[in-house]
Amino acid sequence: MSEMTGTPIVHAPGFIANETPRIVTARFDYEDSYTLERYEATDGYQALRKALDQNPEEVHNEVRDATLLGRGGAGFPAGVKWGFCPPGVWPRYLVVNGDESEPGTYKDRLLMELDPHQLIEGCLIACYAVGLSQCFLYIRGEMAVAQERVAQALNDAYEAGYVGKNILGSDFSVDIVLHWGAGAYVVGEETALIESLEGNRGMPRLKPPYFPASIGLYGQPTIVNNVETLANLPWIVQHGAAAFTAIGTESSPGTRMVAVSGHVKRPGVYEIVNGTTTFRDLLYGNDMCGGIRDDNQLKAFVPGGGSAPWFTPDQLDLPFEASQIGPQGSMLGSGAIMVMDETTDIPAAALTLTKFYAHESCGKCVPCREGGTWLEQILRRVVTGRGTPRDLELLIEVGETICPGDFPHAAVPSKGIEAVPFPYRMTTICFVGPSAFAPIHSALTLFREEFEAKVAGNENKTMIEVAVDV
Amino acid sequence: MSDQDVSEVTVTVNGTEIEAQPGEMLIAAADRAGVHIPRFCYHERMSPVGMCRMCLVDVDTGRGPMLQPSCMVPVSEGMVVDTESEDTKRAQEGILEFLLVNHPLDCPVCDKGGECPLQDQTLAYGPGESRFVEEKRHYEKPIPISDLVHLDRERCILCDRCTRFADEIAGDPLIHFTERGNSTQVLTFPDEPFSSYFSGNTVQICPVGALTAAPYRFKARPWDLEENESTCTTCSMGCRIAIQSSRNELVRYLGVDVESVNHGWLCDKGRFNFEAVNSDERLTSPYVRDPDNQRQLIGTDWGSALASSAEAIRRAGPQGVGIIGGSRLTNEDAYAWSKFARSVIGTDNIDAQLGDGLPAELVLGLPPATIADACEADTVLVIGPDLKEELAILHLRLRGAATKGRTQVVQIGAAATGSEPYAQRSIRCQSGEAAKTLSELLSSDDPLAKQLRDGSVVTVLGRSSVAESADPAVAAASVIRAELPHATFLPALRRGNVRGALDMGLAPGFLPGRTRIDNPSAMITQKWTHIPKEQGLGTTEMLQAAVAGQIETLILLGADPLSDFPDRNLAAEAIQKAKAVIAIDNFVTSSVAQADIVLPATAYGEQSGTTTNIEGRISRVTQKITPPGSTRDDWMIATELAWRLGGDLELSSKEDIWREIEQVAPSHAGVTLERVLSHETFEGILVQQSSIDLTLLAPRDTPVADGYGLRLISGRKLWDAATTTAHSPSLRHLAESPSIKVHSNDLQRLGISSGTEVRVISTRATENLTVVADDKVQRGTAVLPFNQPGGSANRFIDATAVINDIRIETL
Repeated sequence: MSEMTGTPIVHAPGFIANETPRIVTARFDYEDSYTLERYEATDGYQALRKALDQNPEEVHNEVRDATLLGRGGAGFPAGVKWGFCPPGVWPRYLVVNGDESEPGTYKDRLLMELDPHQLIEGCLIACYAVGLSQCFLYIRGEMAVAQERVAQALNDAYEAGYVGKNILGSDFSVDIVLHWGAGAYVVGEETALIESLEGNRGMPRLKPPYFPASIGLYGQPTIVNNVETLANLPWIVQHGAAAFTAIGTESSPGTRMVAVSGHVKRPGVYEIVNGTTTFRDLLYGNDMCGGIRDDNQLKAFVPGGGSAPWFTPDQLDLPFEASQIGPQGSMLGSGAIMVMDETTDIPAAALTLTKFYAHESCGKCVPCREGGTWLEQILRRVVTGRGTPRDLELLIEVGETICPGDFPHAAVPSKGIEAVPFPYRMTTICFVGPSAFAPIHSALTLFREEFEAKVAGNENKTMIEVAVDV
Repeated sequence: MSDQDVSEVTVTVNGTEIEAQPGEMLIAAADRAGVHIPRFCYHERMSPVGMCRMCLVDVDTGRGPMLQPSCMVPVSEGMVVDTESEDTKRAQEGILEFLLVNHPLDCPVCDKGGECPLQDQTLAYGPGESRFVEEKRHYEKPIPISDLVHLDRERCILCDRCTRFADEIAGDPLIHFTERGNSTQVLTFPDEPFSSYFSGNTVQICPVGALTAAPYRFKARPWDLEENESTCTTCSMGCRIAIQSSRNELVRYLGVDVESVNHGWLCDKGRFNFEAVNSDERLTSPYVRDPDNQRQLIGTDWGSALASSAEAIRRAGPQGVGIIGGSRLTNEDAYAWSKFARSVIGTDNIDAQLGDGLPAELVLGLPPATIADACEADTVLVIGPDLKEELAILHLRLRGAATKGRTQVVQIGAAATGSEPYAQRSIRCQSGEAAKTLSELLSSDDPLAKQLRDGSVVTVLGRSSVAESADPAVAAASVIRAELPHATFLPALRRGNVRGALDMGLAPGFLPGRTRIDNPSAMITQKWTHIPKEQGLGTTEMLQAAVAGQIETLILLGADPLSDFPDRNLAAEAIQKAKAVIAIDNFVTSSVAQADIVLPATAYGEQSGTTTNIEGRISRVTQKITPPGSTRDDWMIATELAWRLGGDLELSSKEDIWREIEQVAPSHAGVTLERVLSHETFEGILVQQSSIDLTLLAPRDTPVADGYGLRLISGRKLWDAATTTAHSPSLRHLAESPSIKVHSNDLQRLGISSGTEVRVISTRATENLTVVADDKVQRGTAVLPFNQPGGSANRFIDATAVINDIRIETL
């Protein structure tokens, strides 16, 4: 078991090293990991030099061959996404999605705080490969340290000639613009982020077009990539796609960062092997979380950010491999694992998450704006003991207006419940609306008896008694 | 819709195959096929936003049915749509239940109740009952967001229609969403009201009662309303409207969506000035000057008033009568007066324009363009007034076309205008020198010159400033005719049915049907007993003749020269010198107050007929309410006067008059009464042919400004002291108090600070006014709006001069 090496500035659990090869967290152990000096001393900006010696197409091909899956949540291969830019339309932009705000997710924050140059180098490589002239780096408004570190790093990089006109003496020029968010969760959705960047209200855009690569920022082709995705690029360019795909599985190569929170002995950010590490490895491994706190029993865990349907110990042996998680009724999402032990009040936990998504609705789609808050209201009265058995049906019925049809959930073999595979259908533009329903649906499907206990005895309550907290 | 030659796609909707245009949204294709998909946020004149999710339907593009918002899904070949599937119904019920979760059920006291899309669609598609038992959202209700519009945020379903309209259509993004999620609400920005000229449209398109209009609030229930389709005659744009009354009182106008003209939009002035028709200040019986007290008008009966009028006309003789005005009239009324003047009185002294328009031969003889032509032209060249102020819906149409990239607006003028935000180029010139500036541009190597020469051009031509004569506009027309022979023209004349009045011959030298007096049609010589040989006088000349004693009797046909003629001194002197002034009007205007005989006329909404817009498009105006008192239609007054003068117009009804117009007016041949009364007039009947052989007179040179003076520029504002605005309680406060605006550098040069009172000196008057620095005003010029309450530029203007200069001095 290795020592915890996260830096002391953390305001949430920090990074915890383990035995996995370290691609994006390699410099995290240094006290001065965020400085240009340290970055240059540890092979920093060598990948950029190497990329500039190649054709942009060669760099693009390298990334495509690496099957670098997007680390923001949807898991779409970055190299393929880059190819969606319509040919001959200029200028094109790179937008870096640093608005990490999915509940439980705090890995991008560490990447920006502890290794900002790696991100900048990744941006430059992406810009070079796709022919992007301008990069907009959107950092979540609440991440003060990340903003400070990235801004300092960018100034240093400009001064050193890594960013700006004629980078490293080549004819390749890129400007990187920093932009701080203003605190809206939905801006993590890429089209809402673009709206926000343009100075508009952060609201998702209509689809189609499905990808901003065709029409994005200021109506131009725009690549939107997550921070961790871009942070992988220097390593891939330097070591080659083959080295990258040698780690993990064929469909999920490389490593990925996961953020664990909740009832484990050592919550924190871990770099794990993509496709092979299992949830059991992560939660119980001695080099990782080290088991459930107080050696309690695991009750449930959210495998991919607050909006993902929940898993129970029955799913512990699934690996971090999208093709295996989907059929089991959830998603890997943003790589945030929230762990609930046997002491957890499940309906209350669901309320915490639903409240977040109801609050963070942008207000655009009716099902999310009205339905999210209504779900929260119904669930609150259930949790506070005012609900009736009818409310448990109502929760599902209201949710079905947001997500018609069967909602994905995990299997519970002991109860004879079979899994409903991912994805769900939805009547909203983006995933915020369904995300308000997902925790309720999982909790109610997997732990119905806890809800029934809350409403027991309330069968004959009047509407007023139900509605008003006396 | 794409203009490329692409074949249609076939879509199956509820088992029936329909043809749709590629790229068209599914909801629009379904609409055309007669399949109604419920919706709240979708509006055919605005871009889709997909907010309400009410239009979700089952769409199968080969991968199985999926609920898709039909306002966002473009049709594709082979698409199979089910708007009545179980999934669709469940989604519709769910959305409506959600919308009603926070919507107050105050329908009994809501203006929208009875015509509310939320009510109607809840009835048709809703779940029937709600399972929501909690407290609804609460906001202060209602809050005024402008002088005319109230917002009730509890009723709002956040469909983004009003906010989209304000941003996308009106270009006044003064309302927007604030807060997020369940607290999202529409609001204005702090201390910035929704002061848009087009705010009333948001009330009309609101799918609930969230936005209500101050002039209509609590006036009627929709099921008590009676409605007629009509045409707005507030300006000469000819917007199609529905006029609605309750208990014989006009209570509301709604815009009607016609492709050719207004796309359903109205300006607030046109929408709300129905209040004036209902005004207690209306003239409802005739008046004559009190023989015992010349300062006072006393009531009389029609017989006496008409007898006195006939006597005044007879006494003056044909050359001693002048008739000013007529643009308030319908085409039929104008025809009757045209015939009365020529055939009975025997005078050609008749002019519908008040010395602030364009020569009639220009309006009738220049190659014509339609509004649609302008919106599709490569370039729209605007040399004229501020369209946002004077022809607000034309401004909206051009803005729409320009922002969508369909046309480029280029304007040449001396002052800043409301078109500048969307204009490709706004070229500033000295007042009166647009022609020179255009010539220079066309002979330069500016790419714009090539654009104008090689592409299609529609010119919107008018008087840039009331303080200039028509000469600069004529000069500009001459340059365009010579240099850009392919250009067509849209005259920027503001007043109501001015185009129809000119068509009917209310201009010296012209007869009905765009013919000259020396070249009458065969039919007209049969129907009219007399046609003057000599061309008569225009308004300015008539007023001069009255001052000189050559015109004894002035007839003001819905005209108020004291307020509306550019030169108040000339108008005042003429009215004072004339032996008899006969005013036919709806209100006691400043000119009517000086008249000797006052005949009350019916107003808008009280009479039927036709009107003609700036394009030459004829559409119907319809009577909705009974005229008050003993008011009469203008044509009846002409007929009565004719009898008393021993003549007979042989016109007995509006229909009768139209039949005669169709016979005698060559331009209107074939526009039969049947066509006019048919549904064809929904889009209007375009009458464009003209037999006028246009010879442009050489304009006078513009005098050079001296070093001491400032060139006066005076434009009209949407909100001014116009009669209908002044008599509409909701609108009369909207006009700003006048101040003279000068560039700060000029003020500095003169040693005057902004906001102080100064002495303004022109050849006509010396008066005190407040001066305000405004750097949008070109140096060397001074901007003073026309006809504002409490002061108008007309005191300073000499109507006989090409341009007017003023001086400013400290007190």
